[in-house]
Amino acid sequence: MRERLLVDESSVLHLPRYVRLGFDQLRACWLVLAPERMYVPDKIALEILKRLDGVRRIELIVDTLAKEHAAERKTIATDVLKLLQELADKGLVST
Amino acid sequence: MSLPPPLGMLCELTHRCPMSCVYCSNPGELVRGAGELDTQSWQRVLEEAAALGVLHVHLSGGEPCARADLEQIVGQACASGLYTNLITSGLLLDAPRLERLCEAGLDHIQLSIQAASAQMAARIGGRKGAHERKLEVAQLVGQIGLPLTINAVVHRQNLSELESIIALAVELGAQRLEVAHAQYVGWALVNRAALMPTRAQLDEATEVVERARERLLGRLVIDYVVSDYHGVRPKACMGGWGRRFINVSPDGFVLPCHAAQLIDGLRFDNVQARALGEIWSEGEAFCAFRGFDWMAEPCRSCPRKEIDFGGCRCQAFLLTGDARNPDPVCELSAHHSLLAGHTCGLAIDAAPELVYRHYSRTP
Repeated sequence: MRERLLVDESSVLHLPRYVRLGFDQLRACWLVLAPERMYVPDKIALEILKRLDGVRRIELIVDTLAKEHAAERKTIATDVLKLLQELADKGLVST
Repeated sequence: MSLPPPLGMLCELTHRCPMSCVYCSNPGELVRGAGELDTQSWQRVLEEAAALGVLHVHLSGGEPCARADLEQIVGQACASGLYTNLITSGLLLDAPRLERLCEAGLDHIQLSIQAASAQMAARIGGRKGAHERKLEVAQLVGQIGLPLTINAVVHRQNLSELESIIALAVELGAQRLEVAHAQYVGWALVNRAALMPTRAQLDEATEVVERARERLLGRLVIDYVVSDYHGVRPKACMGGWGRRFINVSPDGFVLPCHAAQLIDGLRFDNVQARALGEIWSEGEAFCAFRGFDWMAEPCRSCPRKEIDFGGCRCQAFLLTGDARNPDPVCELSAHHSLLAGHTCGLAIDAAPELVYRHYSRTP
């Protein structure tokens, strides 16, 4: 039986086989395709999704984003974990 | 303003099916095997769909696995870059065929169940032993590593099993569960008196789903489609007519929704005579109720028209005789009181005779 995936900074996540992230030429935007679902990720979500490579821990992704955006690390961490937990609860990311 | 590309396409590859479900959404007049599009035609339709901008393709039926060329069709869909979903009863699947479909690139399987108990499932689906077989197939899907959605159409006959249906979906390792109240077109319309839930059943079902969603957060996603007839605001049927969705019938007719052929006076194009993109943008049936110009009052001046697009055209036609009327589910419709005639005074233990899906005797 499946257990709920709880995301924290030590998590290493990737998009499962059935979740596709890709650039749609016709619509000129990035799309996430999943069973019966289509999402248009915003700029920040896209930056996070592109970094889910199944290798990097979330803390490293937070470090990078905080540096790139010259933002407070704590704020970025809260936002990133919130987003990833939502995605995990929809089955869109896995460990 | 240019027309946005469609998002999804449902390919009804065949109407042949080993089940005879009393709620089937297929039309009363089923297409016979000899009338079905051939492999190359389906492959061309899939290529055209991808070029047109379709993202998701749903291979359905009938039972799509009744086609011996399903692997080729799946292969084409995936090669064209379409996100490919197989909507199946599971009865014609075994491990080797699942592996072949997986290798062909299939993204997702949606498996229907008719109830939680074998006895109820046989009563609804008209086939003994089917339920047990479906449970085996669900296990196989998990072993192969394909994501699984369980789909359960619910109605007065099986709503008492809803809790068990949810538990079964968890047990089978499904990622998603669709609990959909029957939509009264096709065979469900024939059986409407037997399938219509009582108000109390509907309210209880909604509570059961809401509690399960909380309890199963992160373990099972539950999509819930409520019953139309008990509502006061219509659904944005198909996300709006001709706005998002294409349906292709087994014999190649291109429909704005799977039930659209029941509307008298609409002419439908066929993929054998016209390109899919042209049918989408210019076809008579697609243009008939696209946008807002076709609307009469109270829809025309209603601020909700951009939310619900006037509801379901098929339901408007079936219940009022004119597809241009507002969906009578809307309480602003002059025909809204008609629905009470179908939803009031239902006895939960009454068991009217069920009519099982079948081919008409005269081909």
